[in-house]
Amino acid sequence: MSSQPVKIEVKDLSIHYGNTPALEEVSLEVREHEIFGIIGPANAGKTSFLKAINRMDVFTTGMNVAGDIRFGDIDVHKADNIYALRKRIGVVFPLPVGLPMTIYDNVALAPRLSGITNKGDLDVIVERCLSRAALWDEVGDRLNSLGSLLSGGQQQRLTIARALSQNPEVLMLDEFSIAVDPVTTMRIEDVLKELKSEMTIILVTNLVQQARRLADRTAFFLEGRCVEIGDTEAMFNGEVQHQKTLDYIEGKFG
Amino acid sequence: MFSTTQLNERNQRTQGLFRLLFLMMTWLLILPVLIIVSTLIYKGGSIISADFLFTVPTDGMTAGGIFPALFGTVWLVGVALLASVPIGIAAAIYLSEYAPDNWLTRVINLAIINLAGVPSIVHALFGVGAFVIFFKFGTSILAASLTLAIMTLPVVIVASRESLQAVPHAFREACWNMGATRWQTIRRVVLPNAVSGILTGVILEVSRTTGETAPIMFTGAAFYLPFLPESVFDQTMALSLHLFVVSTQVPNVPEALPYGVALVLIAMVLIMNSISIAFRMYLRGKKKW
Amino acid sequence: MDKPFPAIQHPNANNRGADWYVDKLMQALVFIGGISAIIFIVGIFVFITKEGLGFITDRFDFMEFFTTEYWFPSDEDDPEFGILALIAGTASVTGLAMIVAIPFALGAAIYIGEFATGKKREYLKVLVELLAAIPSVVWGFIGLSIMNPLIIKTFDVPVGLNVLNAGVILGLMAAPIMASIAEDALKAVPDSYREAAEAMGATRWQVITRVVLPAARNGLLGAVLLGVGRGFGETMAVLMATGHSVNIPGSIFDSVRALTATIAAELGETAVGSEHYGALFTIGIFLFIITFLINLTADLIVKGIKKG
Repeated sequence: MSSQPVKIEVKDLSIHYGNTPALEEVSLEVREHEIFGIIGPANAGKTSFLKAINRMDVFTTGMNVAGDIRFGDIDVHKADNIYALRKRIGVVFPLPVGLPMTIYDNVALAPRLSGITNKGDLDVIVERCLSRAALWDEVGDRLNSLGSLLSGGQQQRLTIARALSQNPEVLMLDEFSIAVDPVTTMRIEDVLKELKSEMTIILVTNLVQQARRLADRTAFFLEGRCVEIGDTEAMFNGEVQHQKTLDYIEGKFG
Repeated sequence: MFSTTQLNERNQRTQGLFRLLFLMMTWLLILPVLIIVSTLIYKGGSIISADFLFTVPTDGMTAGGIFPALFGTVWLVGVALLASVPIGIAAAIYLSEYAPDNWLTRVINLAIINLAGVPSIVHALFGVGAFVIFFKFGTSILAASLTLAIMTLPVVIVASRESLQAVPHAFREACWNMGATRWQTIRRVVLPNAVSGILTGVILEVSRTTGETAPIMFTGAAFYLPFLPESVFDQTMALSLHLFVVSTQVPNVPEALPYGVALVLIAMVLIMNSISIAFRMYLRGKKKW
Repeated sequence: MDKPFPAIQHPNANNRGADWYVDKLMQALVFIGGISAIIFIVGIFVFITKEGLGFITDRFDFMEFFTTEYWFPSDEDDPEFGILALIAGTASVTGLAMIVAIPFALGAAIYIGEFATGKKREYLKVLVELLAAIPSVVWGFIGLSIMNPLIIKTFDVPVGLNVLNAGVILGLMAAPIMASIAEDALKAVPDSYREAAEAMGATRWQVITRVVLPAARNGLLGAVLLGVGRGFGETMAVLMATGHSVNIPGSIFDSVRALTATIAAELGETAVGSEHYGALFTIGIFLFIITFLINLTADLIVKGIKKG
């Protein structure tokens, strides 16, 4: 695993909302084709971290980002075309959002914006992404119904299908299972394990066991700092540098 | 215990009394209008016919129909919409999708409120000073329509802004996350879901524009013009001004004539408002999320 | 997985693509739309001032203009430009209109907002909205042809076009607008206030008088002010229903003439650039400033509740 090249390199990343710090001096590397887990209690700065990577800071008033993020050859905070950047990084936030258009259009929206007009190509993309998101079996025969009227669990998988629709290099998931039932959660987890061969995945989760099931390496965030990063298996076997990490993993706080 | 019950009874009585009082006030507000509309129908209904609607006035406007006025109103409203709808929707998009919470936005909102609050005759003066004289459009449909457009702009802006803001923010973020630009997001997700609400606002504006009189009196509407306008640089008759003219300026008008004109005008306005309201209710029952 | 995933060309993130420029262009366009309201309101002020300027610099005398009641703008030998009687006309009609409108508007707002429920509430709201839509020229016509004979017959007076007529007409016009703004103000009071008071055993009536009305005070005041602004600026209805004679009214049966109506009636007869023409624009400037101040005050008062 450690032989894989670095996909995202973060150096001294600090995030402030106004004067309130959300993340302080975080440095880490995410490698290609790994699932990189980020665990930690609420307000640890996990979501802010993801927002900084795909430049959602420009849409959040008062959010200030300092430090370096490199994504391939792109200096993320100097990129002129953040839209092109976001197309290469798929992201799934906690609350599922089915856009008020047909299921087909939901998934085809981003490819269409990227200039794909061929119906055959779009059909392939829609079917492939919905299958990968474990939703095709349920909605494949009613692609013309509204995406916003699906059940919560289905909408979350639709959100994942949309995130995959531009064949991104990185997929970031932020506590995707909050609004989803356990069965759906397990199905999505299986999907993520398969997707790993095709892309890099950053998985922010509040479920310690989910990180253990999925992540190759895991970072523990606490109160805006990255406490430690380590091999997931080793971490859960107690090989930690900080007592806090162990306490969190064992559920003593959080 | 006894006294509490008594108190409660008295409170209940007061409440019942006031409820009745307020109900009566509400109806007293509405009743005169129902009476007025029925009077208009009673006194003007008999004159309404295809001939009345589709022929020109004759005998110094004491006989004949109202076709040039009806036709002119359609022209005036149409040209006013062409000007105000794009500007109004753009303003609404700016206010709903871009405007930060700063002094400029507050000034814009204040300007909108004032645009709606400035007396219609002041809008007329502006139309004369700006469009008729300064831009040299003369008294013409163009000058009158632009005056109307600016006057009714707040109607479109407010209705459009409201329906844009009713689209949940989460939809926008979902789009941005996929690398859509702000404009692509507005174009593909926000506008399609706000367009019907915007449409109800536009219908309301049509209704407002149809009834306005003062702004067009000196900018492009003529008292009497027995032919139809051919371009936006012509003057035209208008239904609202025609009602003013036949009820105050022309001697020996048969009583039914102004009632008929008023009836047509009020019917147009109320029908458009009703369509707008019905459309709004239909949409409320047909949520897409 | 038979077919390959279609290739999607992602533009270089270090270069601005066409989408980026389209986005910026549209942002600029809607920004222009956004500030258009400011441009127009400033434009209105600039253009009416431009037309009125000649009169203001050459002829305008503050004391004569505002404190004398002689309005003879087209007298060939000695034109006089006093608008006091016109101000009195506007004020008397607006004042009577408010006396008519305020109780009904607030009463209706309270009934619709606090008592009526479900379908009934919807119907009443729709009716009030339709009332507000009736054009002012139609109201003027009603004053002329229905109210006029009614007043002559009822009160046995020679003329039915007077302060009473225009005041009632204007009151009926302003009431629905005031009612719907007032109802918004009542709706803005959080339900938790009402529930808290009801939980302590207060009746609906006590809830309204002790909790809802005080909490909505500013919004209601704003509604009244906007109604005043409406009445003040109304043109066609007062032109047709006041009797249109320059006069400081001694009773509600006197005919008067309003500021707005004067412009509407006389602008057509004046030569562009003449003193009379400039004087009418100067009245326009006065109307603009007054309504601007009324709207500004109403806005500040209503914004006050949102902060509180």
